[in-house]
Amino acid sequence: MEINILEQITIPIIKILFIAHLLIIGVMAMIWSERRVSGWIQDRLGPNRVGPQGLLQPIADGIKFLFKEDLIPNHVDKPLYVLAPAMLLVPAMITIAVVPFGGDITITGLDDPISLQIADINVGILYILAIASLGVYGVVIGAWASNNKYSLLGGLRSSAQMISYELTLGLAIIGVLMLSESLSLRTIAEEQGSNMWEWNFLIHFPAFLAFTTAMFAETNRLPFDLAEAEQELVAGYHTEYSSMKFAIFFMAEYMNMIVGSAVVVTLFLGGWHFFGLENIGGEGSILSGIISFAIFFIKTGIFLFIFIWVRWTLPRFRYDQLMNFGWKFLLPVALTSIVVTGTLWVVTNGNRLWIGIGNVVAAFIVVAVVAGMLALDNNSKSSTQAILDAAPLRGLDAVE
Amino acid sequence: MTAEMILFFIFGAVSLIGAISVISFRHPIYSALSLIVTFFSQAGLFVLLGAHFVAAVQVIVYAGAIMVLFLFVIMLLNLGTLSAQGALTGKLKGVAVVLGILLAAQGIFIAVNAFTDTEVGSADAMERATARVTNPIETSDIGELLFTEYLLPFEVTSLILLAALIGVIVLVKRDNQTES
Amino acid sequence: MSLEYYLILSALLFTIGVIGVLIRRNAIIIFMCIELMLNAANLAFVAISRSLGDADGQLFVFFVMAVAAAEVAIGLAIIVSVFKHRETINVDEVNSLKG
Repeated sequence: MEINILEQITIPIIKILFIAHLLIIGVMAMIWSERRVSGWIQDRLGPNRVGPQGLLQPIADGIKFLFKEDLIPNHVDKPLYVLAPAMLLVPAMITIAVVPFGGDITITGLDDPISLQIADINVGILYILAIASLGVYGVVIGAWASNNKYSLLGGLRSSAQMISYELTLGLAIIGVLMLSESLSLRTIAEEQGSNMWEWNFLIHFPAFLAFTTAMFAETNRLPFDLAEAEQELVAGYHTEYSSMKFAIFFMAEYMNMIVGSAVVVTLFLGGWHFFGLENIGGEGSILSGIISFAIFFIKTGIFLFIFIWVRWTLPRFRYDQLMNFGWKFLLPVALTSIVVTGTLWVVTNGNRLWIGIGNVVAAFIVVAVVAGMLALDNNSKSSTQAILDAAPLRGLDAVE
Repeated sequence: MTAEMILFFIFGAVSLIGAISVISFRHPIYSALSLIVTFFSQAGLFVLLGAHFVAAVQVIVYAGAIMVLFLFVIMLLNLGTLSAQGALTGKLKGVAVVLGILLAAQGIFIAVNAFTDTEVGSADAMERATARVTNPIETSDIGELLFTEYLLPFEVTSLILLAALIGVIVLVKRDNQTES
Repeated sequence: MSLEYYLILSALLFTIGVIGVLIRRNAIIIFMCIELMLNAANLAFVAISRSLGDADGQLFVFFVMAVAAAEVAIGLAIIVSVFKHRETINVDEVNSLKG
């Protein structure tokens, strides 16, 4: 087999470098916009001294982190303590490899069209779920290696939370997979078509909400940031971290947000499609490639803004509320969406309008039933008992 | 030396090193992490064998769920203090290792000899199988088999999971009542 | 790439699991070694499935994984409750079922 060095080695490397750097720049942009938007939401200014509109603030922050003393406390488990930030950052970075940014583009002089995606693997969705499930190790190992009881509590909370919400994350996309008949992200994005009413978030609206909520939980953001709740656990799993190691935890959180938003855009919000705008300049031209990339970028950006907006709007869940919400509302909604999508697909011969309506109605019924049952249950039990029932470390006092 | 062979030896060596670390580290947390390494390189081997779906499920189920449960329990019980009582000592350990080596020799003997005269075991069986089957095994094939030929085992699996669910709840609930 | 290599690797991994069960006394590590043995079997299944060119072996791996997940949930729950009652998970000390 003849290897074409330009097409099989150089172009993939360019793509990887481009996307990786875009992610890092994206993190810096997110840090700036988080601080500015939070300032705007709280009616204050936010950082505006370094550079125009404070745009250079992330660079100043980065320099500060780099030049701080890299402190390793004496009581930590050193190998794992050093390893933990990397274990969080790597899964966050490699998930983006299967996300498609646009259709194929043809460049004159090259034999094959170039796809705007690093790797189109046929189990793309499972790859994303697999890598997402590894993110928890960084948190748990960091928490344990810190040898600090607040860190450990944060790690335990985080692992319980991630296991619970991962189920929803996995189940919510089954309906999407059934209609697309593929596990490849490219096929799913292409399947959705140009117009907004063809996108998956209307057909699978409850699943879309469940997936988004579960993704918020996976990124450990407010209102799901129990793993690092400042008022309760100092800073949770990264209490003992300082300098660049802390910065890596921080970067991983923002990278998870960016990648998560990109996945939501691909699965539910039509990927790079926007009312045919992506085909300007003819299908497969360089111009259309740039435009579809820009559309994808803007959609992801809007979703990231919602991330920030939610963080500065909603207060944190209590632990029992978190578990109740995950297991008693999100999981039944995601399960129902599978059953309803499958049934209506067979009954109505794949009429997407009916599937969309059926999904919403069924989700309403499920939420109403669960809420009714919880209300009946709560009358017979004090709220203190409900909190104790859900506490993660119940029974541990018997050990000590 | 093909690329597949090089990758096989890398993944194989890593999984063996990981497996040996599981049984030789004194602290359970390190054992658990070594086991994750082993599971990962096994996922790599599954990809080499063309079983992409199994590889993904391996990472999701083993590395993503089962090992997190292990870590959770190790951290919950804070087993670090108990690690000293971890292993057998002296003569018994030697006996165990000798028995293990015998078992390994037996396994390798079977692996080398059992298939030599059959079509499956010949040196290029995998290449010929790939050539014979027009499409490689895809996820949709697995799904189709699962819901037709293997429907009964599939349903039984769901019963096993249900039984496990109920069992765990019973184990935890009983403790709760005796305490209060 | 012939089948033998995969089967030898599988046999070695299985043996390491067996040795682990024999020499370690910590219930959690013994449990991990059992998972290792199940995985070695999975590797053999997938390798032979590839060699035969059909998907049945991969389905068996799927079933093994489901059973392993159920087993881990139950087993860890038992380990936690044993630890709560006896403050040890050394399998030599948990011998109250011995006559």
